[in-house]
Amino acid sequence: MTVAATDSETTGQDRKPGPAAANGYEPNMVLANQTFDIVGSRPVRHDGADKVTGRAVYGADVTLPGTLHGAILRSPHAHARILSIDTSRAEQMDGVHAVMTAGDLPDAGDKIVDVGEGDTPLAYVHGNVLAKDKVLYQGHAVAAVAASNAHVALEAASAINIEYDVLPCSLTAPDAMRPEAALLHDDLVTKELGEESNRRSNVAEHFRWTKGDVETGFARADTIVERSFDTATVHQGYIEPHTVTALWNHDGRLLLWCSTQGAFVVRDVVSTILDIPVSTVKVTPTEIGGGFGGKIPVYMEPVAALLSRKTGRPVKIVMSREEVFLGTGPTAGTHTRVKIGASADGKIQAMEAELAYEAGAYPGSFVVPGGMCVFAAYDCENVAVDGYDVVVNKPSCAAYRAPGSPQAAFAAEQVIDEVALRLGLDPVEFRLLNAAREGTRRADGPKFRRIGCVEVLEAVKNHPHYSAPLVGPNQGRGVAIGFWFNAGLESSCTLNVNTNGTVNLVEGSTDIGGTRTSIAMQAAEVLGISAQDILPEVVDTDSVGFTSVTGGSRTTFATGWAAHDAAQKVVDEMKTRAAMLWAVEPEQVEHSKGTYTANGSSATFQELAAQASRTGGPISASATVKPRGVGGSFAANIVDVEVDPETGKVDIVRFTAVQDVGKAVHPSYVEGQMQGGSVQGIGWALNEEYFMGEDGTMRNSTLLDYRMPTTLDLPMIDTCIVEVANPGHPFGVRGVGEANIVPPLPAVANAIHDAVGVRMQRLPMSPPAVWAALAKT
Amino acid sequence: MQSIHVRSTINGQPAEFLCEPRQSLLEVLRDVLRLTGTKEGCNDGNCGACTVEMDGRIVPACLVLGAEAEGAEILTVEGIAKGSALHDLQSAFLTGAALQCGICTPGFIVASKALLDQNPNPSEDEIRLWLANNLCRCTGYDKIVRSVQATASLCREESST
Ligand code: FES
Ligand code: FES
Repeated sequence: MTVAATDSETTGQDRKPGPAAANGYEPNMVLANQTFDIVGSRPVRHDGADKVTGRAVYGADVTLPGTLHGAILRSPHAHARILSIDTSRAEQMDGVHAVMTAGDLPDAGDKIVDVGEGDTPLAYVHGNVLAKDKVLYQGHAVAAVAASNAHVALEAASAINIEYDVLPCSLTAPDAMRPEAALLHDDLVTKELGEESNRRSNVAEHFRWTKGDVETGFARADTIVERSFDTATVHQGYIEPHTVTALWNHDGRLLLWCSTQGAFVVRDVVSTILDIPVSTVKVTPTEIGGGFGGKIPVYMEPVAALLSRKTGRPVKIVMSREEVFLGTGPTAGTHTRVKIGASADGKIQAMEAELAYEAGAYPGSFVVPGGMCVFAAYDCENVAVDGYDVVVNKPSCAAYRAPGSPQAAFAAEQVIDEVALRLGLDPVEFRLLNAAREGTRRADGPKFRRIGCVEVLEAVKNHPHYSAPLVGPNQGRGVAIGFWFNAGLESSCTLNVNTNGTVNLVEGSTDIGGTRTSIAMQAAEVLGISAQDILPEVVDTDSVGFTSVTGGSRTTFATGWAAHDAAQKVVDEMKTRAAMLWAVEPEQVEHSKGTYTANGSSATFQELAAQASRTGGPISASATVKPRGVGGSFAANIVDVEVDPETGKVDIVRFTAVQDVGKAVHPSYVEGQMQGGSVQGIGWALNEEYFMGEDGTMRNSTLLDYRMPTTLDLPMIDTCIVEVANPGHPFGVRGVGEANIVPPLPAVANAIHDAVGVRMQRLPMSPPAVWAALAKT
Repeated sequence: MQSIHVRSTINGQPAEFLCEPRQSLLEVLRDVLRLTGTKEGCNDGNCGACTVEMDGRIVPACLVLGAEAEGAEILTVEGIAKGSALHDLQSAFLTGAALQCGICTPGFIVASKALLDQNPNPSEDEIRLWLANNLCRCTGYDKIVRSVQATASLCREESST
């Protein structure tokens, strides 16, 4: 392992020059394992100029000639039966062109569909787009209007009269699991350990995975710690609200422009909901202002489509910030219990977890991946994990960066910390003693391939931050580790070679954070040309092969792999062309770093590209991939906090994020992922929550009251890139987007414990919560 | 609703427009003048995505009425680059990887430029305080703050040579 160059953009001005700075320590370390020419360098991103000048076109920037503006009427109640809807007054208003309700959607019947998250009743998918008989959360969409401008549309929406019969609501998992709880769905029966039960309840599913025998394991333990934890509902918090423009064209095609994480998913789901052939729909993904998983679901697209069909005009709908909070994506609030036992020699003997996650209004809380991740960092013989997917009267959960894993880690990593303390072991040494490795089998079945759990923990142990003294009173240090997968799914890429030796790269992955460039760099590496000579373009669903969502940390990994494979085909074609020029066999042509040679003849990529017309015509290649059995990523944090004993306020004094990234294609953007994920985790740990009244209404649906971290709340976020090559990928890349949000929740909690001796079992660890915990000691 | 006739200067050019009394400056910029570089994240003054400079002060355009632009000089992100050359801040954001999704970037560029115009040598604390009205959900701010610092030291080098 070599220590490669550190970050290029250093500053010279540190806020609080810590002890590390005094030692000449440079932030943003890279522990590189393999070096390439282009992969691992830091070119300027291809879409950069457009994004710093305001020229890039995001969802709300699309306006077609003759566009009407839509607005959605949402339920004021968390749970109510719809008795009647009267749209007559709205319809008669000046400037109103169309009004619609759930009755305008095609009948869902009892069809079961797979819209990317397993089998789901179509009625649930429809129900979340527009409520039919019942509203299941405050903000549930009920009706929609298209009008001459957005103000008229809003006024018309509020002129729709709806009579509700308000019902009692269930707001948290424990609350909704009570036998006497108000039921959200009349037809929901619990899937109990894989079998359909006939029990009607709010529990959509209860699963259990076991490995070994936990009873035997706990009997061997010298120390057992068991605690329960709660986490609040939080939002992904992307800065760009959801938006869509729809045009149901007179040739019968439905054209959609939206900021989505997956244009093909929108195409497929919209065609399913509207019951039209998939080829009828063309989705053009615009630039996207953040997603974090929350821009995978389809909300307004079918509504805008039907309003466009009714009016024969383009219809644009843009959500307000309040609608984003009330009507889209939060992640599950959870109630969890974790029990861990270890013997005096520091070996973990048994681990047990019970995870109850709020799904929101419809099943699908991401408790399954939570269960897969909860003990993923540990090699333990005896494990049992129980999971409950529970519907509650809150918005239907959407994925949020490593969905399900942070809440599980908040519980597991605090109990680990406590066991280590009781055994008198260093918390990193304790984790290393029990760390998962290649071949370790998780409780849910799969065995790990080559993973970097040990290397990440070693990097934590060796990091100057870990041994630096704390610099003030009421300060404490915490560590934690977390895991997330690397989805493979499906990607496509086409390369078209220009005669001046540049290459147009066509792909279908929404670029949320620099992936045009990280994908182009992988093609450039294979072709032996510069990243700037590749011109990447993200195109609509008519213009590239199927590509799954930008999610699951898969874009640089999988679409980059497709680009690699397409580039390999271009290299083969170039060999054929060179062979033709030199009258040799293609197998005799060698390629290295963009130069082709055979029998003393030599030509560059650019030279061969210039002769394409003479050697058989345009040079173009496509590739598609569906990677399987791919490895995941471990991330760990070292965090120093300072707790104000008088107010309970917690400040982050120093923060280091360590992550196994396989191979950092563009290290600056990898660091950016690690920093951004860390800060979302810090917000989740310290501040963020949906404040709900007992009636299920949200009391803080603005960005003033739902307080996400600002510049003032944070220090610089240091990173340490660890590279343990992913054996599946041509450059060893692992997905890096998500695992980094997992460890901050428990790492901050462990640091608070180290600082002031209280064990925080509930998120957020806001000043009143910490103050109350301190008051009890 | 009767429209109001407004005359102002936007990005150095005289701009005349009609707007409804209830339209914000943000709506006017985006929907009337089609200057869509200024973004909407909240429409209530709490995200900074719509930051513009108005008569030398940075303001959230969503909290200013279009009619209030009468006689004012307004600078938006579209007016930061000079001709085909990017402003140093824009270049620093690119080399410093200070944007991921980029939706917050116009607001950060306008706000940071206003800071450097009045304080060419800000400390990290001053940068963090000045930018606290601008939310970024993607970057964790580290590379944004560093890019502003890098621009400031570049400007100092340029002015000392
Ligand atoms: S849109 Fe103006 S501050 Fe958020
Ligand atoms: S780069 Fe996405 S919000 Fe800042």
